[in-house]
Amino acid sequence: MKISLDVDKCCGAGQCVLAAPDVFDQRDEDGIVVLLDENPPAEQLGQVREAAAVCPAAVIEVQE
Amino acid sequence: MNRPESVTVVGASAAGLGVVETLRREGYEGDLTLVGGEPHLPYDRPPLSKQLLSGAWDVGRLTLRQPEALQELDVDMRLGVPAVGLDTAKRAVLLGDGERVGYEALVVATGASARRLPGTEGVRGVHVLRNLEDAQELKAALARRPRLVIVGSGFVGAEAAAVARELGCEVTMVTDVAVPLGDALGAEIGGMLADVHREHGVRIEPGVMVEGVLADGARQVRGVQLADGRTIEADVVLVGIGAGANTGWLKGSSVPVGNGVECDATLYAGDGVWAAGDVASWVHPGTGRRTRIEHRTNAAEQGLAVGRNILAGPGEAKPFAPVPYVWSDQYDLKVQIYGSTRGADEVRIVEGGLGERRLVALYGQGGRVCGAAGINMVRVLRAHRRSVADAVPWEPEAALVGGER
Ligand SMILES: Cc1cc2nc3c(=O)[nH]c(=O)nc-3n(C[C@H](O)[C@H](O)[C@H](O)COP(=O)(O)OP(=O)(O)OC[C@H]3O[C@@H](n4cnc5c(N)ncnc54)[C@H](O)[C@@H]3O)c2cc1C
Repeated sequence: MKISLDVDKCCGAGQCVLAAPDVFDQRDEDGIVVLLDENPPAEQLGQVREAAAVCPAAVIEVQE
Repeated sequence: MNRPESVTVVGASAAGLGVVETLRREGYEGDLTLVGGEPHLPYDRPPLSKQLLSGAWDVGRLTLRQPEALQELDVDMRLGVPAVGLDTAKRAVLLGDGERVGYEALVVATGASARRLPGTEGVRGVHVLRNLEDAQELKAALARRPRLVIVGSGFVGAEAAAVARELGCEVTMVTDVAVPLGDALGAEIGGMLADVHREHGVRIEPGVMVEGVLADGARQVRGVQLADGRTIEADVVLVGIGAGANTGWLKGSSVPVGNGVECDATLYAGDGVWAAGDVASWVHPGTGRRTRIEHRTNAAEQGLAVGRNILAGPGEAKPFAPVPYVWSDQYDLKVQIYGSTRGADEVRIVEGGLGERRLVALYGQGGRVCGAAGINMVRVLRAHRRSVADAVPWEPEAALVGGER
């Protein structure tokens, strides 16, 4: 799995962190997304796809 | 589990897109049709009053999915054609071009429309802000640095005020509430936000209704008429007085409509019809209250929930029990809210403070935490989400984390 982020569009909602806490975090100062793991293990796929789906700014793209 | 052979989704925005993507992601192979009244590929609305209005982003950045990604979904997309009627007995949607689209399951995801002030039809210079064209027209109008009057002090109006000031317009905000944004955040924090707007040069006229607009002989707006007899001159008026659910096309069908499509706790409205997003009203299992939410994340989450529930079938469908979330960007402030803060009987700042303009506040109702709001304290706020989700008792939660004002 490969994750790419369009960080400029991030609005700091943190929905990705709630959906996939091992893969995403937020910067302290402004809440912008931080990718903890660019190639997470396959068992994370469900969570990562959910993070992409609920992101309110269409920041996250997942390739399997 | 018996999956429907065909699913039709009406409304091609955040919620509708969420439904079709979820269905395909979860392996649904039946016929999918997505009907959208706007001629555009699905685009995002929150930037309309922020980055698009300010000019920071061009239109292309609002596109929710690239055309290739949409193509892969294998969805029959009917864009630029509104649904104008629904025959629930024959299970068919009537389109504006006279075509009928059948379905076994239907999702109503038609969102909401901006409310207008009576008597403003056809008056030039009076704007609302709901779709792409609205935003582009307002942007063009603001480029002339007009005297702008904003009617209403909700998030959309407040965001537009911030952008308009940054663009150098003269801005007056007129609102019938005592404290702008006070209904969502409480008088104290709303008051702080009002101060920020004033410091940036926004003139605020609180506690007064706007009765209508004043237009000249050429039907060009010249100002607004207030209920207390005063008038305020304006070259441009933005009406930001909320939105109403787009349910007109459901008239005459069996779909129950009140303030939105009235669904059960699983977002099901009966007769094969589901609803998601701004148009949906459902009974939140946590509060037991009928709720309709106009938040971006709610649209995505309800789209996800409805997609899954369609595949599970009405009998097996799961109740939708979210912690609502909304944000707003004004100047350099990020406002974020979890849960519901409106109607709270207690508010306490538990982190940061008003003076710093960085804070987290808890909201309580009936002795339990019902909401949490943050200003420029993103991660700290997220740590309080749990208390909202669990509706923990107000004491000791609010007392434990004693913040300095
Ligand atoms: C200017 C603005 C700023 C916002 N900012 C924020 C923010 O900062 N944070 C936040 O959480 N939320 C924000 N929101 C709210 C958020 O954008 C909405 O909650 C979200 O767009 C709802 O998605 P939806 O798919 O339910 O409805 P909509 O986005 O309203 O989409 C409904 C779609 O259905 C179409 N439609 C309507 N009737 C028909 C018909 N009869 N036939 C076919 N198609 C039809 C409409 O044209 C539209 O394309 C903002 C909204 C606006 C307008």
